[in-house]
Parts: sequence; C-alpha cells; structure tokens
Amino acid sequence: MFPELNSILNSTPDSFKSSDFILVSDRRADASFLIHHYLSFYLRAGCKVCFLGLVQSFSHYSAVSQRLGVSLAQAREKGQLVFLEGLKDSVGVLLQEDTSQETQPLSYVRSPGAGLEGLFRFVECSMRQSGDGDAGESWGPPVLLIDDLSVLLSLGVSVGAILDFTLYCQATMCSELQGNMVILVRCEEEDADDVDEEGSNLLQRGLVHQCNLALHVEGLPTGYCRDIHGQMEVWWRQRGENIYNQRKIFHFKVHDKGASFFARGTSSAVL
Amino acid sequence: MAAPVRGMAGSISIGNTTSFQKKTRSKLVSIPGTRPSVQNGQLLVSSGVSSLDYVIGGGLAVGTLLLVEEDRYDSYSRMLLKYFLAEGVVCGHELFLASARDHPDQIMQELPSPIVDDVAGMKISEGQSQPSDPENPDTMKIAWRYQNQPKVQIALASSVRFGHYYDVSKTMEPELRQAAKCHSFYQLQETPVTTGSSLIKVFVKTSLYFQVLASASKVRNVLRLGLHSLGSVLWGDDVCCKDNPAHCHALTTFLYILRGLLRTSLSVAMVTVPSHLIQNRAVMGRIIRLSDTAIALESFKGSEKETNPLYKDYHGLLHVRQLPRLNCLSCEVPDTKDLAFKLKRKQFTIERLHLPPDLSETVSRVSKTELAAGCGTTATGNKHLDF
Repeated sequence: MFPELNSILNSTPDSFKSSDFILVSDRRADASFLIHHYLSFYLRAGCKVCFLGLVQSFSHYSAVSQRLGVSLAQAREKGQLVFLEGLKDSVGVLLQEDTSQETQPLSYVRSPGAGLEGLFRFVECSMRQSGDGDAGESWGPPVLLIDDLSVLLSLGVSVGAILDFTLYCQATMCSELQGNMVILVRCEEEDADDVDEEGSNLLQRGLVHQCNLALHVEGLPTGYCRDIHGQMEVWWRQRGENIYNQRKIFHFKVHDKGASFFARGTSSAVL
Repeated sequence: MAAPVRGMAGSISIGNTTSFQKKTRSKLVSIPGTRPSVQNGQLLVSSGVSSLDYVIGGGLAVGTLLLVEEDRYDSYSRMLLKYFLAEGVVCGHELFLASARDHPDQIMQELPSPIVDDVAGMKISEGQSQPSDPENPDTMKIAWRYQNQPKVQIALASSVRFGHYYDVSKTMEPELRQAAKCHSFYQLQETPVTTGSSLIKVFVKTSLYFQVLASASKVRNVLRLGLHSLGSVLWGDDVCCKDNPAHCHALTTFLYILRGLLRTSLSVAMVTVPSHLIQNRAVMGRIIRLSDTAIALESFKGSEKETNPLYKDYHGLLHVRQLPRLNCLSCEVPDTKDLAFKLKRKQFTIERLHLPPDLSETVSRVSKTELAAGCGTTATGNKHLDF
C-alpha cells in the first residue's frame, strides 16, 4: 500500500468507494507495482479478495506483500484471499488427457476459442461463498484483482470473449455484490497505419469505457531516466450520477518497499 | 501445485522445488555454478558472459526465461547461446538444446573451450584504487591528489568472480563435453505435424516436460534449456513470414507454458527469436512481455553503421528490452541504456557507449512520437514543443 497514492486517490483502507471498477494499464512500462498496492490495500481493509494471478507465481506476490506488510499465506489460510495460480497450473491443464471438465477455470488454455466461462464461474463461486461462510468470519465487500488480463490475448482468447468476461464480472462484483474490481491490462504501442482488430489496444479501450478510474502508466516522454521511472495518468471517470472526466499526471519512482509519487518536475533528483 | 502427474512419467509428482522461496533457513541450496543474488536472494546462474551477467542484474535467475532477439545474420546470438551452453557444461549443469536449422550435435561441437587458468590472464578493472608505487609507471605526477580515486570502468564486469571465460578460437574438448548430460531435440527429425500450434504441443508433451520434471525430482541440479531461433519458419510457424499469421498465438502460448514450467523447477531457458523477421509489432511486444529478461542484439555487419567512426571499436549494439522484477517491487535499473558489444577472442565485452556530442549542422533531429493518452474523445498529443 503506497500512502502517497492513497492521498492522490483520496482513499484509505478504512474508507474507500465501493462498486468501483479500477483499470490499470500500461504502455511499454510495467504497472504491476500498482497491483501489489491494491492487493495489500484491500487485504488491509479486510475485504475478501479473489486474485487471478495469471503471469506470476504466488510466491512472487507473497514476497512483495511481505515487504509491504501483509502476509498472503496467512490471508489465504484464513480464507480472506482466494488465489488462482494461473501460470503454474496451466501447464497441467494443457497436458492432461481428459477433456471432461470443460468449465474448469483454466479451460481457456486448452481451448481458447471457447471463451472464459469457466474462469467467471470460478470467480463467482469464490465470491459468493463469503455469504455462507463460517460464523466467525465476516469479511468486507468482495474484491476481484486480475494480474494481467492481456496475457489471455497471447493465449488466443478473442477480445470479445474477454470483454464479455469483464462485463459479467462487473455485473456480479460491482452491481450485485457491491464489491470492487481492479484489472491490469498491458498495451502495445499504437501502430498508426495498422488497425489492430484483435489487439490489446482494443481491449484497453473497451475496458476504459466500463471503468470508474483509469490509471495509465507510461515511460517519460523525454526518454529514459534513472530517478524517475515513469509517469502515471489518473483519469477519474464516471462515478454514480456525476461524470467527472478529470485527468492528472504524476511522476513516480518505485523503491524496494513502495513507490513515491510526485507532481511533474518535483522529483527529488531535480530539486 | 501438488497433484501427482499421471501418464508416462509414472508416479513422479511435482515436488516443492520452486526456486522463489526465501532461503531463511540455514541450509542453503548449494548447487555448483549458482550463487544467491545480492538484491533479493534469488538463485542466479551465469549466462557465460560476465558482462551480460552484469547488465541483466548479476546473472540469470533460476526459473526465468531469457529472450535474445537475434541479430540479422544470427552470428552473435548463436555465440551467446553457445556461451550459455558452455557455461552449463563447465558448471556441471544438465543441458537441453532444441533447434530446427542446425543439428544440436553440431551446435554442441562448436562450444568454445573454457580458459582454465584465467586468473592471471584476465585483467578486469574492478574500480579499486591502485597503490602508488615509485616503480609504477601509472603514478600520477601532476594530478597526484587523484591517485587514490577509483578508476572509472567502462567495461562492465562484476567484482565477484562468477562465471567463466572462454576462448572462441578453440572448441571444447570432447571429453569435457560428453561429461555433461545433454538432451537434444531436432525439429527436422520429429514426425511432421500439420499445424504449428499442435506441433508445439507435441514438442512440449514429449521432450521438454519430462526432462524438466525428471531433473526436478532427482539430485538437485540446474537444467539449462537452449532454444535456437524459435518462431522461424523451420519450426512450422508462420509468424515470421506473414503480417497476420494464422496461428499467431502458437508461439506465445508456448512461451507462456514454458515460463510456467520453468517456475516449477530449477531450470533456466535461453530462447533466441529472429525478431527482425517478425513484421507484426504487437506479436513482438507480446513475446517480450511473456519472457522475463529480454535483450536484443543489433550487429553492425552489413549496415552503414559499420563504417561509422563512432562504432569502430564495436561489433554491435545491445538493447536491454526488459528486466524482470522477481519477488520485489523494483528491478535493477541500469544507469544507461547505450550499450555496445564486441566479441574478442577471449571475451565478449559489453560496454557503455559514450557518444561524443554531435555538434554538426546537419545533425538529424528525430521527432518524438506523439503520445495518445488512453482513449476518449480528446486525444492529447505531447509534442516536444508542448508548453
């Protein structure tokens, strides 16, 4: 959890907006540090978190969260965190012989054309279980975190299927269960003359229209800098009845134990 | 992942051999040829080139995938692959080599021979101060106050010796080579399959998967995988010949599955991809993001840069496309991205390229690309004269 980011977005683990769909995207940069922020943020807030880790292993997130002060192993044991180990389990799914279980969460690895229904059922099932859990545990609103939705494009899933999946998730998580959703999408560089029909840019545009808050991470337009790792654009979009459309750009630097955000031109290396 | 694997492997279960565990207990994993990283305790192996180890943050982390974008004639990327395999032979690691163009045995026969007594021979400037000696001709007479300052090093090399040096003009002794366990996969010898995607599935199913599993269950040793020219036409993939390849996700699915396999075992993979043949920029971007470390080689051979006086000492440029963030938030950020390499007989050096300021009147000013922020009706560009 990054305190400076909390003050920029005006949210703390004690008071944050519900029914929020936050889209984290990047272009030629790495925005995964924001996913670590949200993971520790929502675990601290006491929410029930469903994390789809499609690109890294559990131990990676666990090691980073340790530095941010949250223990993922404990959260998983207590039932607060449901972690889908996408990267490692997909190997087994691809190579297993029986095709009987088509609605497994990772069935898209074998048959990418069939869509993401299995994945959605997994999310829905793990989130609804909080209602009829044990008497001693009552977690906060459910939260869905997806680390890297755009890797599904690399596996052959179509953009339409992914957008359907996010729409179903939004309807269930945000509207029905009053929970939050944070999705990371990694984009390519825009090719001016090449209209990318099946690309991650199309996916990102579709998701930005659905979201409430868009955080876009890019490198600095002036080139590579060792002390400022990039710029992050915060776009406050529609929120209930109000239509905001307010954008701000911040520079950031990622440390070992966090990230610091500052207004453009106020980096400590410069001042 | 604790489910036992059925099938040809019998009752081998995937043991708990993930390499990303914190080594807080006293028993350290003592596999020859590896060392823990100073940043985050990752287990590192050397890539065979000490300058490259320095550039990518100390070495290759076990369980990760190194992607090398080939240079135009595949000379230096092939050299890097041979260094990688030779380092595996010298350290006693297991090897797995897959190629489509040349037979793996041929590549193995071309491995450079290690320089055994190189402690006296190699002079690596480690940035330590030299004591001033009356007989030492380097004693400064005028700027003597700067005598004890550390020497600025342009050759990138780590101070701790990790990895070996190789003599490119000689090939490795057959005895040394045969002492290493090497598995190979030659694409042209396998039974032909119809489409590219099922080819890759067959490949994964038969050779790779069980080699990796087998290595994980026996004596703990690192398995080095070298995959040469993946994505080229000889692998049955059309990603290099068409703008919109029919099975463009065959290669990316394979890389995803490969990385998943690597994470569950003590293996390191080096994959070379002929990126100059891949026309679709989006696919290349995806391939880079699916690997952990990505570098690109650009050789000057045959291009107009060969005669450029700025580059006369070097054989090519090295671009670091991506560095991994493993078990930590921040990665090893290099202080400069202008790197050039040269291949000498005894060393493959990567150095910082110091370009003198170009003050001529005909200097070309590269216009900065327009930035389009996200989506939406207002496309705000960011030209370099934006106030």
